[in-house]
Amino acid sequence: MTAAVFFGCAFIAFGPAFALFIFTIARDPLRVIIFIAGAFFWLLSLLLSSLVWFIAMKASNAEDTKVQKGLLIFGVMFSVLIQEVFRFAYYRLLRKANEGLAAISDEETSPISVRQMAYVAGLGFGIISGAFSMINILSDSLGPGTVGIFGDSQYYFITSALMTLAITLLHTFWGVVFFEGCEKSRWWVIAVVVCLHLLVSGLSLLNPLYEGSLPPVYAVTVLMAVWAFFSSGGSLHNLSLLFTSKRSEVESS
Amino acid sequence: MPRKTAFMSQWNQVTTVHASVLLSGCMNSVEQKIYVELNSTVPCVRLLNATHQIGCQSSISGDTGVLHVLETEADLDWILSTGPHPPYMVVMEAAFFTRSTMVKMKNSSRVAGVAVIKSNTGPTEGFSPHTSCPNQNTGVYTEHYGPELANCNNTVWNPLGNGLSYEDFAFPIFSLKDDNQTQVIRKCYEDHNMRMNGSAPQYPLCAMQLFSHMHAVTDTVTCMRRTDLQNSFSINPEKLCDPLSDFNVWTSIRPLNNSIKGHKENESVVIAAARLDGRSFFWDIAPSAEGTVSSIVTLLAAAQALYPVALEAPPQRNIFFTFFQGVSRGVKMHLKMPVQLIWSNYISFGMLKTIIIISSLWMHSDPVSRKNTTVNKQVANLVANIKSVASSLNLSLNEPSATQALPPSSFQRFLRVRPVPGLVLADHQASFTNRYYESLYDTATYLNVTYPSDLSPEQQLEYETEAAKSLTQVATLVARSIYKQAGGEDRFLNNITADTKTVAKLLYGFLIMSNNSWFSSLLPPEALGRGSILGLVITHIINTLTSVTRFVQFILANMTGTVTKLNQSQCQNPKDVPGESKDLYSYSWVSGPVSVNGTTDPYCVRSSVHLSKALSPAFELTDYGSREYSTWTESRWKTIRARIFLVASPQLEMMTLGVGVAVLLVSLVVTYFISSKAELLFSATREPPNTTY
Repeated sequence: MTAAVFFGCAFIAFGPAFALFIFTIARDPLRVIIFIAGAFFWLLSLLLSSLVWFIAMKASNAEDTKVQKGLLIFGVMFSVLIQEVFRFAYYRLLRKANEGLAAISDEETSPISVRQMAYVAGLGFGIISGAFSMINILSDSLGPGTVGIFGDSQYYFITSALMTLAITLLHTFWGVVFFEGCEKSRWWVIAVVVCLHLLVSGLSLLNPLYEGSLPPVYAVTVLMAVWAFFSSGGSLHNLSLLFTSKRSEVESS
Repeated sequence: MPRKTAFMSQWNQVTTVHASVLLSGCMNSVEQKIYVELNSTVPCVRLLNATHQIGCQSSISGDTGVLHVLETEADLDWILSTGPHPPYMVVMEAAFFTRSTMVKMKNSSRVAGVAVIKSNTGPTEGFSPHTSCPNQNTGVYTEHYGPELANCNNTVWNPLGNGLSYEDFAFPIFSLKDDNQTQVIRKCYEDHNMRMNGSAPQYPLCAMQLFSHMHAVTDTVTCMRRTDLQNSFSINPEKLCDPLSDFNVWTSIRPLNNSIKGHKENESVVIAAARLDGRSFFWDIAPSAEGTVSSIVTLLAAAQALYPVALEAPPQRNIFFTFFQGVSRGVKMHLKMPVQLIWSNYISFGMLKTIIIISSLWMHSDPVSRKNTTVNKQVANLVANIKSVASSLNLSLNEPSATQALPPSSFQRFLRVRPVPGLVLADHQASFTNRYYESLYDTATYLNVTYPSDLSPEQQLEYETEAAKSLTQVATLVARSIYKQAGGEDRFLNNITADTKTVAKLLYGFLIMSNNSWFSSLLPPEALGRGSILGLVITHIINTLTSVTRFVQFILANMTGTVTKLNQSQCQNPKDVPGESKDLYSYSWVSGPVSVNGTTDPYCVRSSVHLSKALSPAFELTDYGSREYSTWTESRWKTIRARIFLVASPQLEMMTLGVGVAVLLVSLVVTYFISSKAELLFSATREPPNTTY
């Protein structure tokens, strides 16, 4: 549409991710490495799943829309499964790396906890997934036109940005929850994460019925935020401590 | 396109970049949802001369405007003053493309560009974007020569001329054909931009963007100076404009020796000339049927009729057939003739429109030069000769009043040098009868060159239209008159007859389709391989030979030359072959008729057809601000394209930006807050602090 839409959508899609990166990851080189590696693992999963989809698409009849739509749904589901498999693979890699890091560090323990690695890995997955979703659309939003001449919704750019934001945050939370589940050997957690991922991707297939896809996805995001908070060591007690200490700070000053 | 919609929205989930790289060619799928590219676009481009620029241009990243279709006067008011969404991109029917409308738009800042929908036939009252006095400053009539005839004081040659071609517009103007693409534009307008009950239409609105950025500005002097700077200092010099040039084609009955230079005293010749160029308001489209093609065809047919007789019984004087470029802009034709001769007896062609019966042909002459008795006697002699030939052909020929000026033609440039006796043959008595002089509508239909619809292209090639028959008569008249004027004997006159079939084929080739079997057989084999040479354009072109010049060259060679038995290498270099001379003749290797299985049987044609470069002396003398010579140049450009799309309301855009900035700031604040309190918040693994106090 124009520069205003470009910057608006870029900020919506990547604002929180950028803030998270700046304040929590950028200072620590180890976290940066884990972040980049996590992004790379997601890229590998994307490559694999798109290869499978591409071959299936070329092998089928390009004119038959039903088959193409079916292939698309299959592609989405397959990609979700592959992403989770790679997340698990990354978890195993990080566990191994953790032992190595513990061995070479001055203290006995590793400089980074599994919880922190989970968060960084999740954020890596989230940001690269968001980038691949959004960059193409952002570049087209710079031009003077907006979507709609063929009857599509004119809110395409904004809803894409909002969806990307949700996906980025969701990947972060899923990373935290998933690694925690693997650590504690709670396999049902992993199953729930996979199911929620499938659900969110499936909801996006409802587009352009944006009322059907965006609110549920954001509901899932809030849910996952709460779950991730609790599974990464937070509690209501800590929250109340936070507020009381703030009040006491205010009182004492 | 439901499939594509589902596709697109899923791709942001799964494999956006992969899909767009693998699936689409140049446009990715998001772009395909936004823009509709318009395929065939005909722009108006910028031309410059010594002091001015004319034509149109867009800004470097295109001009965008909300579409509005101009159908009534109320629409014009909406565009110029009352519409709430300026700037507007005006789509107008050809009927509205008049001087008054365009001048109003030129002066308004609410117009982003214009797209004219061309109709098949022009407006009935006529339309000519040329000036009403063509060649006003470049003709022979000036303050010093016939001042009472200068500036069309005596006769306004092109009364329908509105001068639009010579205006300078700050916005792009494109021409659209009335086809499916234009239907798409109209539908977009109807779906989104129509006013409901007088209230303004709501966003999103349909808009169009036109790209036609021109590199040259101001005038030729500035442009050439900048080009010279580029050439001197830049590693990768870019030319900004090109001088208008092409080639003149000429031939003579008795071949001239190219290597001899200098005067030959007291030799006089007869020159028959026609113009080769034409233009219109838009770039590269200039059918010029009545304006140019009719005279080319007539002169070619006359040459073909005259040559056999002239070779058998040569006349006293040499006869030249010449086709001049640059007549529309008054270029001085740099003939580069090997021998400078005293011109005598010049017959030039004005416009020839054919009507079913040629009821009137007029012979125009220059009254100022006729004040000299010798010249007057020679002109009267020429007129008498032509009249006698015409009476034997049952054609009626008249002279207009003795004080009328000479119409604009190549003859005027010769008169500027010295008084030469000559005539201009045309179908108009005073002003032009061509209602579409130098416009898009001067087409085959206007010239009544139409064919029954059930004929195949090959049949149409041979079909003799009424127009062909009329022009054949004129060609016969011209050929006989030239022969008589050159001192040929009267008893051979009846042998000179133009061939109607040839004229029909010429008209078909120049006006309808140049990719026909006859033209292809006359061209060299390498010209056939390239599709481009067979695309017909009668217009000014820069530096290279246009296809029309090529056609005229090879057709003339075929008609007036002889077939030789030389092979290809000998044809290209006949120096060593006895009896052939590269100084006297020109040799061309042509492909010959294409047989059924696609093979050609090429042969070598020897003729005295020559080309001479028609570049204004101003460029050779590097006097770019010259007033004496023509200094027209055409600007260069990078992209010419057009596309339509929807635009969103500015409120929505600002809201998006606002939400984005808010999300960014909030997330920065919250993240900072959480990360500073992280120890406190995520501390369940550590011992809870001692709370027993």
